[in-house]
Amino acid sequence: MKTTEVLVIGGGPAGLSAALEAASRGSQVTLVDSDLQLGGQLIKQTHKFFGSEDERAGTRGYKIGELLFKELEGLKDCIDVHVNTTVLGYYKEDGVVSLSRGEEDYFRIKPERIVMSTGAMERLIPFPKNDLPGVYGAGAVQTLMNVYGVTPGKRVLMIGAGNIGLIVSYQLMQAGVDVAAVVEFMPKIGGYWVHAAKIRRLGVPILLRHTIVEALGEDVVSGAVIQAVGDKGLEGDPVRIDCDIICLAVGLTPTAELLWQAGCDMQFVPELCGYVPRRDAHMRTSQSHIWVAGDAAGIEEASSAMVEGRLAGLGAARSLGHVKDSDYDAGLASYWQRLSHLRAGEVGEKIRSGLEKCSCDAWEV
Amino acid sequence: MTDKERLFNSGILVESRPGAEEPPLSLWETKKNGLVVIECPQRIPCNPCASSCPTGAIIPFDDINDTPRIDYEKCIGCAKCVAICPGLACFVIDLTAGGEGKAVIKLPHEMLPRPEKGEEVSCLNRQGEAVAAGTVVAVTEPLKDRTVVVHVEVPRALMRDIRAVKVVKK
Amino acid sequence: MGLIHQHPILEFRHAKEITFSFDGRELKGFEGEPIAAALHANGVRIYRITPERKEPRGFFCAIGKCSSCFMIVDGVPNVRTCVTPLKAGMEVRTQHGRGVVPLVEG
Repeated sequence: MKTTEVLVIGGGPAGLSAALEAASRGSQVTLVDSDLQLGGQLIKQTHKFFGSEDERAGTRGYKIGELLFKELEGLKDCIDVHVNTTVLGYYKEDGVVSLSRGEEDYFRIKPERIVMSTGAMERLIPFPKNDLPGVYGAGAVQTLMNVYGVTPGKRVLMIGAGNIGLIVSYQLMQAGVDVAAVVEFMPKIGGYWVHAAKIRRLGVPILLRHTIVEALGEDVVSGAVIQAVGDKGLEGDPVRIDCDIICLAVGLTPTAELLWQAGCDMQFVPELCGYVPRRDAHMRTSQSHIWVAGDAAGIEEASSAMVEGRLAGLGAARSLGHVKDSDYDAGLASYWQRLSHLRAGEVGEKIRSGLEKCSCDAWEV
Repeated sequence: MTDKERLFNSGILVESRPGAEEPPLSLWETKKNGLVVIECPQRIPCNPCASSCPTGAIIPFDDINDTPRIDYEKCIGCAKCVAICPGLACFVIDLTAGGEGKAVIKLPHEMLPRPEKGEEVSCLNRQGEAVAAGTVVAVTEPLKDRTVVVHVEVPRALMRDIRAVKVVKK
Repeated sequence: MGLIHQHPILEFRHAKEITFSFDGRELKGFEGEPIAAALHANGVRIYRITPERKEPRGFFCAIGKCSSCFMIVDGVPNVRTCVTPLKAGMEVRTQHGRGVVPLVEG
């Protein structure tokens, strides 16, 4: 059976950062991802990232991905990469991880340490015919147009005005697709105000206190019905919108199956959008050889996922005896400083209160 | 919720706020190359406008979540912030350029088709309504990263409204 | 549908163009890209028909998690076409119902 010092599960921004950090600190790393290429959602982002210079603010998301891939190339002797490889299960009894390359090629790995950076899954909202072809998750729309250069449709109705709904609306327009409107249940956009302003000035309406009532179409989407929402429920007349895509950007939830399987202490934290593992200041879970990073630890931005990945990679490397205490303390302090800056704003308030509920300084021995 | 709140909550600036204020008019009238106008009224973790400003006109942030504050005396209208801002929230408005009753706005653009110098474009307000025709004076790509800065001559009376341009297919 | 030919930010570098079949029709796609993306570029939006209510399903999550894009590929049902790379000559079929796994002989 294959062995490895650090197995990183999921090669998005958090996992890539964890693998790079652990490897640069002298660990032998195996990085697996279920997709056909590394980068997770990062490689689909055409907008410039926020943050500060440490987070390469002002650089487009996919360009940050390219920088990480370049770093990976430099560490290729220490990082064994497997794409198109899905982790099927974690066996607590003997610490073995089972995997499948493609649909058939089954193998196992016994790692000494694991970083779970499995990302997130999109949420769905209930409405009649929400399973009609043409109702797509926002991530799927991004994959089609920004990774594979495929036009998702002609006219899109976006559901949700969080950062993803706002950003994907802008990206759709860049791909030459009309955005009929962005529909938002809440009385205020959930994403960054500037992302909303960007699409508003290009003529996209953002309809607050509105919801989708049903999808229209026989075999595929041909439209949608939306309606205003008041204190007592739906109000006003339903409005028909012509569109061939209904894009759902109604939130994400952490991908936590493996964390459950591994027996990590889990907690439901609404601010972090689902069940997340309790973790200490090193991003270590209650299972002493398992770390967590990125959206799997709670839904947040890619910028902070990359810093969390660094923290987890650093922690895993130190536990293997690869990092001097003084280097560790310096790394820990600088990464936490970056995280606290990223989370200090108005939008970070929710994250801060969520983290309070599932963090501890150190696990009791 | 008032109409003003509803608009602001959906991404439309309706009045000046911290992070979205206007330059003092007296200086603005005379400052060659124009002065920066930033519309970033929310505390978010982002500071490239300040960290890329060559003159310190966008006052360095204490906390990366600060909303921008500007020392207009120092602003040289270079539009570096226009090019780098991830939120496309920076503009430069030059009241000394353009013809009689005109102003030149330097604004970020990331859509196709790209406006070309000399072209007449449709000028859009914050809600995307075409409010005037404008003439493109220059198109630059300061960071060579595909965000272009379009310099467009617009009716001065609409300088507070126009925040985007669109190429109109003939 | 089709491909994005012009983009203000991105440049798409497609792999080698190959042919594959969809329900007996010959289609073109790019080698190594997900089967579902190739179908979508060809305007195909229905990937399977559900077992009980016989309703159409198509692309949805694009990360191999939701089962919406299960199809029969080279005789094997329930293939996650959004994360399975396209190969030349592949035979892709709309999946009706649950699909029957072919038994391996010998």
